[in-house]
Amino acid sequence: MTDTMERPSTTGATQAQEGPGRGMRFTNWAANWVDERTSMSGLVKELGRKIFPDHWSFMLGEVALYSFIVILLSGTFLTFFFQASMAPVEYEGSYAPLKGLEMSSAMASTLDISFDIRGGLLMRQIHHWAALLFVASIGLHMLRIFFTGAFRKPRELNWVVGFVLFVLAMGEGFTGYSLPDDLLSGNGLRIIDGMIKGVPVVGTWISYLLFGGEFPGEAIVGRLYTLHILLLPALVVAAIGVHMVLLIVNKHTQFAGPGRTNDNVVGVPIMPVFAAKAGGFFFIIFGVIALVASTVTINPIWNYGPYDPSPISAGTQPDWYIGFADGALRLVPPGWEFQLGPYTVSMNILIPILVLVLFLLVVALYPFFEAWITGDKREHHIADRPRNAPMRTAIGAAGVTFYAALWAAASSDLIATHFRLAVEGVTHAIQALLIFGPIIAGVVTHRVCIALQKKDREIALHGYESGRIVRLPGGEYIEVHEPLSDFERWKLVSFEEYQPLMVRPDARGRITAGQRLRASISRFFFEDRISPVTQTELEAAHSDHH
Amino acid sequence: MADQGSAAPGTAVEKREAPIPSAGTAVVRSDRVENPGFPPYRPRVSDLDPKKERQNERRVAWFFWASIIGTVFAITAYIAFPIVEGDMASVRLNNGLLGLGIALALLSIGLGAVHWSKALMDGHDLVEQRHPTRGSEETRARAAEIFTLGNKESGFTRRKLIRNSLIGALAVMPLPAIVIFRDLAPAADPNALLKHTMWEKGMRLTKDPNGVPIKASDVTLGSVFQVIPEGLYDTEHPLEEKAKAAVLLMRLKPEDLHVSPGRESWNYDGIVAYSKICTHVGCPVALYEQQTHHLLCPCHQSQFDITHEAEVIFGPAKRPLPQLPISVDAEGYLVAQSDFHEPVGPSFWERVHD
Amino acid sequence: MRTESTSPRRSRGRGRRSPLASAALLLVGLLATGGVYAAFTTAATAETTQRIDALADEGEKLFLANCASCHGLQAEGTDAAPTLIGVGAAAVDFQVGTGRMPMAATGPQAEAKPVQFTDEQVKALAAYVATLAPGPAIPDEKYLTGEGDVAVGAELFRTNCAMCHNVAGAGGALTEGKFAPDLHNVDPAHIYEAMVTGPQNMPVFNDLNITPEDKANIIAYLTYLDNNSSPGGLDLGGLGPVSEGLFAWIFVLGAVVAVTVWLTAKSN
Repeated sequence: MTDTMERPSTTGATQAQEGPGRGMRFTNWAANWVDERTSMSGLVKELGRKIFPDHWSFMLGEVALYSFIVILLSGTFLTFFFQASMAPVEYEGSYAPLKGLEMSSAMASTLDISFDIRGGLLMRQIHHWAALLFVASIGLHMLRIFFTGAFRKPRELNWVVGFVLFVLAMGEGFTGYSLPDDLLSGNGLRIIDGMIKGVPVVGTWISYLLFGGEFPGEAIVGRLYTLHILLLPALVVAAIGVHMVLLIVNKHTQFAGPGRTNDNVVGVPIMPVFAAKAGGFFFIIFGVIALVASTVTINPIWNYGPYDPSPISAGTQPDWYIGFADGALRLVPPGWEFQLGPYTVSMNILIPILVLVLFLLVVALYPFFEAWITGDKREHHIADRPRNAPMRTAIGAAGVTFYAALWAAASSDLIATHFRLAVEGVTHAIQALLIFGPIIAGVVTHRVCIALQKKDREIALHGYESGRIVRLPGGEYIEVHEPLSDFERWKLVSFEEYQPLMVRPDARGRITAGQRLRASISRFFFEDRISPVTQTELEAAHSDHH
Repeated sequence: MADQGSAAPGTAVEKREAPIPSAGTAVVRSDRVENPGFPPYRPRVSDLDPKKERQNERRVAWFFWASIIGTVFAITAYIAFPIVEGDMASVRLNNGLLGLGIALALLSIGLGAVHWSKALMDGHDLVEQRHPTRGSEETRARAAEIFTLGNKESGFTRRKLIRNSLIGALAVMPLPAIVIFRDLAPAADPNALLKHTMWEKGMRLTKDPNGVPIKASDVTLGSVFQVIPEGLYDTEHPLEEKAKAAVLLMRLKPEDLHVSPGRESWNYDGIVAYSKICTHVGCPVALYEQQTHHLLCPCHQSQFDITHEAEVIFGPAKRPLPQLPISVDAEGYLVAQSDFHEPVGPSFWERVHD
Repeated sequence: MRTESTSPRRSRGRGRRSPLASAALLLVGLLATGGVYAAFTTAATAETTQRIDALADEGEKLFLANCASCHGLQAEGTDAAPTLIGVGAAAVDFQVGTGRMPMAATGPQAEAKPVQFTDEQVKALAAYVATLAPGPAIPDEKYLTGEGDVAVGAELFRTNCAMCHNVAGAGGALTEGKFAPDLHNVDPAHIYEAMVTGPQNMPVFNDLNITPEDKANIIAYLTYLDNNSSPGGLDLGGLGPVSEGLFAWIFVLGAVVAVTVWLTAKSN
C-alpha cells in the first residue's frame, strides 16, 4: 500500500552495497519471469506491506483456517484407503475382538486404516482432533468478534459469512463422524432419522429419500461421503475465500491504543514479520494437533464395533459441536406429542429444532439488530473492550449460558455418574438453568461491566491507588494516587457512548410502532451507562490534586 | 441496483461529496480526551546488544535443526517400529513415535519462525491509513452509469414482457433438479413399511445375536433377553428388519404387571416382550433395572415402566413402547402371537393415518 | 418361618454327627464286605462334607454377627434388606467379596468398597448361604481364566452389557442416582457371579441366556481390554465424545491460546 508509512529503518541498507549473490540473482530472475506472465508485482505491491494489528485474540480465526488445512491434508490421506460402502464384508484384519465379524466395508476399511496401515491411525486421529479444534476455534473466534463488536459496519456481511462457515463446519463434522459406520455413529444417524421423521408432513419422506429406503439402508454412508469430501469442503473453501477477501477489503479491526484511530491500522507488515509469525503459527497448530494425535486416542471405533440396530453403549453422545442439539432433545419434558386428527405432531422434536434454528438465527442476525437500535451508520474499526458495551456483553453472556446449558444437557448422564447425582435431578437442574441461567448471567454481566467501567473512570481521573498514606501538614491523611501516563489513560477513556433513543414524530407527525419498539429497546440497552472521561473532567480532577 | 436518479444515462459523471454517515444515538462530544499519539519505541535486547542478537540467531537455527531431527526420527520410527499383525502394542508404538517425530518437526519450524520474527525482525509498528469502504463518488457514479447504460441498451425494464418471462423461466427451471432426486429411494410408500415388522403369528423369539430360540422356562425371574425374530439373518435386509423388530424380553412376577383390558393374553406367565426401539427418536432402549422394572434409554434418558405396560415416566418420549403379544408353542418355545399392534419406533406424521 | 429355618439346621445337624456315622459305616462296610475301595471313597466324601459343614458353621456365626440385623436372623429378609434364601454362594461371594456388603450407608445402590472380610470368611459366608436353599454356585475356575473367543465375547458384551456398562466397560448412568459400575480390573469371578445372580438392579443372565462358555468369552474380552491399552494413546476414560470434546477445549485449544498470547506479546 502506498500510504503505509515506513519508519526509518537502520538495517538492510548495508547489504545493497555488494552485488547480488547467486541466490538473489535466481530470485530476481524467477520474480521477473512470473511477473511478466501474471502481473504478480501488482498484488505484492497491494498486499505485501499490508498491516496486521497484533493481539492474541486476532489469531483465533487463523487457528480455524490452519486446522482446516490440516483436515484437508490428513483427509486426503484417509480417502486413499477408506471404502465408502455399506456392502457387508467379513472383517479379517488385525483387531482380535472384531475378527470374523460381518460389517460394512466402511467400518472394515476404517479398522484397516487404524491397525494395518502404518501412520493410518495417526492420520485418523489428526483428522478427528483437527476437526474438533476447527469447530472449537471457530466458536472462540466468533465469541471474540461478538464481544469486541467487530461485527459492526462494515463487517456485518463478513460476520454472516463466518456464521455460514460455522454451520458448514458442523455439517462437515457430522457427516464425517458418521462415515466409519460404527455403533456410536450409527446410533447418531438413527437419532437424526428419528428427528427427521418428527418433521410434520414431509419428515417421513425426507428420511426415506435420505437413507435410500428404510433406515439404515445401504446408501447413507456413500451419500454422506460425497457431501463430506466434495460438496461441503467446496463450500467451505469458497466461504473462506469470501471471508478472506472481505477481511482484506475491510482491513482488520484494532483495539484502542495511543496513536490508533478509526482511520488507521497499526501493527506489523505482512512481509516479513506477519508472514513469519502466521507461517510459523501454522506449523505450531499442525504440530500441536500431531502431538495430541500421537498420544491421545480419539473415536476408538474398535470399541464401538460395527453398527447394528440392536446394541447401544451407555454414554452415546455426538461430537461436542452437535452436543447442543442432543442436549435440546434431552431437556424436553414428557408428553410433548399430540394427535392432529389422523396425524401425529411431535412437539418433543419440533420444539428443540425450532429453538436451535431460532438461536442460530439470532446469532446470525445480531449485527443488524444492534445497528438498528443504535442507528449508527458510521464505520467502526476500533474493537470495543467488552465492558464498554455492557448490554451487548450481557446479551453475549446470556447466549453463552443458554448454549452451555444445552451443551451440558448432552452429557447429563456423565455429569450424573461423575458427581454422584441422579440423572433426573441433573436434567431438571439444567432445564431450570436453560430458562433462568441466561437471565441471571445477563444481569450479573451487565452489572459487572458497569462496575468495571466505573473503576476505569476512577483510575483515568485519579490514577492508581498506591496504598501509600501520607499525612498532610494540616493533619489530614490522604492516599497517594499514582498518576497515569497519557498513553495508559487513552486506553481507558477512548470508547463510544450511546444514549437512549428519544422518539420523535416523523414527517407526517406520527410515531410508528417500530420506532416505539426501537426506543424501548434502546432504553433497555443504554439507560444505564457510564460516559467516557472528558478533557474538562480530566482537567478538573487534576486541579483538585494540586 | 444503483440509484438511478443520481446519474441519467450517458451524462457526464456528476461529482459529489460522500454523505456523512449518521452517528445514530451515539454521543458526539467536543471535549473528548485527545489521542496522545504513538508511544516511543521500546528497544529489545537484540536491538541493543549484538551478543544477544547472535544468541537469538543461533537459537532460531537450533529450532530448524531440531525440526530436521524430528523428520529423521519420524521416518526412522515408521520403518523401525512396524505394525506387527494383531499386536496392538505395536500399533500404539508406531502411532506414538511416528506422531511425536512429526510433531517435533512441525513444532520446531513453527517455534523457530515465530522466534525469528519476534526477536530479530524489525520490531517497529507500522501505520496504514484506512479509507471508507464505499467506493469513491466517481467510481460509484460510473458504476451507476454502467448499469443505466446496460438497462438502456438492453431495454430490461422497458421490455416488461421479456423480463417477466425470463424471471418465470428462471424460477421454474430448477424444478427438474428437485424432481430427479425422487429415485434416491425406492418407489414404494415408506408408510406401509414403517407400520409393519417381520414379526408374525407363531414366529419364535430368538437370542440376539446367535438366533437360538428361547423357551419360556429359560426366562427366569429378573432375566432380560435381547431378542430378534427367528430367521432374521435369512431375510433380504436383516439390518432394516432388525432396526424395527428388535425386542426386549423380561420376566416379572405376574402380580407386578398391571395389564390393561384386551392385553391379558399378551404376556406369558409374567414374561413380557416390548419393542426395544425408543418412541422418541429411535435409540435402542435396553437398560433394564430388574428391581424397579424401569427401562432407560441411554440417548435421551426417557424412562419406561414395564409394570405399567412401558408407559413413559420420565424424559422426552411420549408414547409407551409397543408390546409384542407372545405365547408358547407346542415345544415350549416363546413365539409371537402376531406383529406389533402399532408402528414401532419414533413418531412420524402419518403414524396412525391409514 | 420356623419350619423353613429348621430344615437347613437339620441338614447341618446330620452333618455334625457324620464323623460317628462314617466310622460306623466304615466298620459295617469292613465287616460286611471287606471292600476296602468302597470304604475309602465313602470316607473321602464324608471328609469333604465335613469340611464344608465346618465352613458353613463358621459362616453362620459371621452372618449372625454382621448380616442378620438387616437380612434377618434366618436370612429371611426384613424391610431393610432382601431375603438371602436361594441367592446362592455366588451372590454372597460377589456382594461381600467386592465390599458391597455389608453396606456402609443407605444410598441409591450398594457400592464396591474395601472388602470387610478375609477370603476365608467370604467363603464361609457363601457356604452358609448356600446351605439355605439351592442357588448359583461360585463359578468353576475354568470359566475365569480370561481365555476364550474375544470376538464372540465382544459381540455378546455389546449386545447384553454395553447399554449400561458402556462399550469400553467404563460404566454408565441408570435411573435415580444408580449407575452401572466401571468393569476395568474387576475379578473375573465377580463378573461371572454378577451375570448369574443379577445384583441389585442388574438383570440376571442365567446359563440358558448366556452359556457358561459365552460368559467365559465375555470375561476374555474384558481381560483383553484390561491387558491392551488403547492403540491410539491415552484413552480419556473410554467415555467417548464428551471427554474428547472437553480435552479438545481445555487442553488443545488451551495450548493454542497460550501460543497465541506468546506469539503476539512484544519481545523484550
